[in-house]
Amino acid sequence: MNDAIGSAHTPSLGEDAILVQPIVHSTRRFYILTAVLLGVTGLGIFAYCLQYRNGLGVTGLNRPVYWGVYITNFVFFIGISHAGTLISAILRIVSAEWRRTITRSAEVITVMVLLFGVGNILIDLGRPDRMLNVVKHGHLQSPLLWDVCSITTYLICSTVYLYLPLIPDIAILRDNIANKHWLYRMLALGWKGTPRQWRILHILMSVMAIVVIPVAVSVHTVVSFVFAMTIQPMWHSAIFGPYFVAGAIFSGVAALIVAMAIIRWAYHLEGYFKPIHFNYLGILLLVMSLLWLYFTLSEFLTTFYGHEPIHMKVFNAKLFGPYAPYFWTMVLTCFVLPFIILSNRKTRTVAGTVIASISVNIGMYLERYIIVVPSLSNPRLPRESVSYTPTWVEWCILAGCFSTFMLLYVLFTKFFPIVSIWEVKEGREKAVAEVSERIRQYLPSANLSEPKLKDALPT
Amino acid sequence: MARWGMVIDLDLCTGCQACSVACKAENNLAVPQDGVADNGRHFSWLEVISFVEGEYPRVKMRMLPLPCMHCDRPPCVKVCPVGATYLSEEGIVGQIYNRCIGCRYCTTACPYTVRYFNWHAPVWPEPMSKSLNPDVSVRPKGVVEKCTFCHHRLMKARDQARFEARSLRPGEYVPACVEACPAKAMWFGDLDDPASEVSQLASSRRAFRLMEDLGTEPKVIYLQER
Repeated sequence: MNDAIGSAHTPSLGEDAILVQPIVHSTRRFYILTAVLLGVTGLGIFAYCLQYRNGLGVTGLNRPVYWGVYITNFVFFIGISHAGTLISAILRIVSAEWRRTITRSAEVITVMVLLFGVGNILIDLGRPDRMLNVVKHGHLQSPLLWDVCSITTYLICSTVYLYLPLIPDIAILRDNIANKHWLYRMLALGWKGTPRQWRILHILMSVMAIVVIPVAVSVHTVVSFVFAMTIQPMWHSAIFGPYFVAGAIFSGVAALIVAMAIIRWAYHLEGYFKPIHFNYLGILLLVMSLLWLYFTLSEFLTTFYGHEPIHMKVFNAKLFGPYAPYFWTMVLTCFVLPFIILSNRKTRTVAGTVIASISVNIGMYLERYIIVVPSLSNPRLPRESVSYTPTWVEWCILAGCFSTFMLLYVLFTKFFPIVSIWEVKEGREKAVAEVSERIRQYLPSANLSEPKLKDALPT
Repeated sequence: MARWGMVIDLDLCTGCQACSVACKAENNLAVPQDGVADNGRHFSWLEVISFVEGEYPRVKMRMLPLPCMHCDRPPCVKVCPVGATYLSEEGIVGQIYNRCIGCRYCTTACPYTVRYFNWHAPVWPEPMSKSLNPDVSVRPKGVVEKCTFCHHRLMKARDQARFEARSLRPGEYVPACVEACPAKAMWFGDLDDPASEVSQLASSRRAFRLMEDLGTEPKVIYLQER
C-alpha cells in the first residue's frame, strides 16, 4: 500500500532529465577540471604542511602586522557564505517564485564556503594542535569565542537547510538512477512523498528559513566584533556590524551570480538560469552596492571629520598612503564599475552581471584586506615597523582554498541535482494558479476581477 | 595583597638599553637568526624605543623603555579565547604558554604592542644554549609571550621568605631590568603600599602613564619634566 502511494507520488523526470545529466554522465571536461583543481589543492596542502612544520615565520606576517591574508580570507569567505542561505531563506519567505531554480546553488555555496572561513582561522593559528582549547578552556568574554559559537550554529543550520529540500530530490534519484543507489537510499530517509511527509517537510523548511536569517546576521556581526571590540584605530567602530553584514550579502550575491553563470554554461542549464534571474539578482547587487557606498562613506567621513591623529594615521595610509592602490581599486570595483553596468537595463545582461559580480568580489576581498592590515601596521606607538607583503605560502594556501571550494562544489553537482527538481516541478504544476490567486487577493474588489482572471488561468 | 608596579624616570634614563639586555638574558629570549630582524620579527620584552618630537628648530629625541604596562584593565586579557593570558591577584598580566593557541588576538588588541609572537622555534648559538635561566620556561614556536615583571623572581623570593618564616621584604622582589639599570632610573615595588618608593614616586608631579585616556590603567609609571 505504502509502496503504491510512494511510486504514484514520486515524480518522473520528464523534461527535467537534463538536471540529473551531470550525475549520470561525466564529460572529459569534468575530469580535466577535477585534475587541475586537485593539483592546486595539493599545492595549498603542501604550503600548509611547510607552515605547520616551520611555524608562521614562512608567512609575511610580522610585528605589528600580526594578522594578514588568512584573517582577510576568513572574513571574505564568511561573507561569501551569506549568499546562499540568507538569500534563499528571504526569497522563500516572501515566496518569490523566481527563486525555484536558484536556491539550491546558493545554499551549497554557503555550506561549502563556511568550511573555508573556519579553515582559515585554523590555518592562522600558531598552535593548531591546541585548537580544542577553545572548547576546553573557552573564555566567553572573547569575541573569537562568539565567532566559534555563532559560526558553528550557522554551519549546522545551513547544512540542515540545504539538506531538507534535498530529500525529495534524493528520493527521485533513488527511484530513477541505478548507480550510487545505497547512498541515495540512505540519504532519502525513506521519503515516499506521502501528504504527511510533504506537510512535515514544508513546516520544517519554513521554520529553518526563519531560524537561519537571524543566525546569518549574527554570524557576520560577530565577525566584525572581532575587530570592533578592540580599541584599535579604525577598528573600534559601532557601524562595523551592519557594515560587515551588508558587505557579506553584497559579496555573497556576487558569488552566487558567478556560480550560476558557470553552472549554466557547464551543464547547459540556460533554460533554468534565465536572463531574468540574472536581471533580478543584478538589481539586488546594485542595491547592495549603493548600501556599501553609504556605509563606506559614513565610516570614512566620521573618521575624517573627527580628525583624531591616531585615526587619521590609518585613514591617510588607506586613502593616500601605501594602501591607496588597494583602496581606490576597491572603490572602482565595488561601486563605480558595478553601478555603471547594473544601473543600465541594456548592460544588466547575463554577461554584464557576471562582469560586475567578478569586479565586486575582487573589491570585497580588497575591502577585507584594507580593514585588517592598515590598522595593524599603524600602531599607536611610533615603533620601527616593516611593511607586510604576503609570501608565496599565503597565496598558495588562498589558491588552495579557492580550488578546494570549487572542487567540493563540482563534486556536489556530481552527486545531487544543482537545481531543485521537485521545486521546479511544483512551480510548473501549482505556482501559476497560486500566484494568480494571490494577485486576485491584492486587487481592490475581488468580485469585479474574478471572472476575467479565471479565464486567464491555464487549465 | 601587593599590587606590583614599576616607575621609570625618563629624565634619568640614558637610553643605554642595559635593561633590555638584562631582560633578554634573564628570560631566555631567543637570539634572532639571519633575516629575522629584516622581517620585523625580532623582539625583546623590554624594548627601548626612540622617537622624534616636535619640528625643527624645536626638536627633541625621546627614549622610552617599554615593558608590558601590566594594565589593571588589560585589553589583551579580555579578548583571549582560551584564557591563556590573565591578570593575577597581584596585578601581573601573565601568559600560559602551554595553553596559548597562537591566534594573536591579544597582540592585535594591545594598544602598546608589547606582546610578541614566536614566528620560529627559538634558537641560541652554542655556548648560550647551555646557559639558559632554569627558572624561566623556554617558549615553543607558535605561542605569544610577554614581559612578566620577572614573575619567577617573585616566586623565588616568596619561597625564601616562607622558608625563613617571615613575610616578603620590600626590595626582595625586583625584575632583572630594574636591577640592571646603571642610571638608577627604574624602581619596582608595591603600588598599594603608601610607604613604598614606587607609590611615592607615582604621585609625583612629573608622573604620567602611557595613553592614560584609553582607560587601561597601566602599572608602569613614567616620570618626566614637561
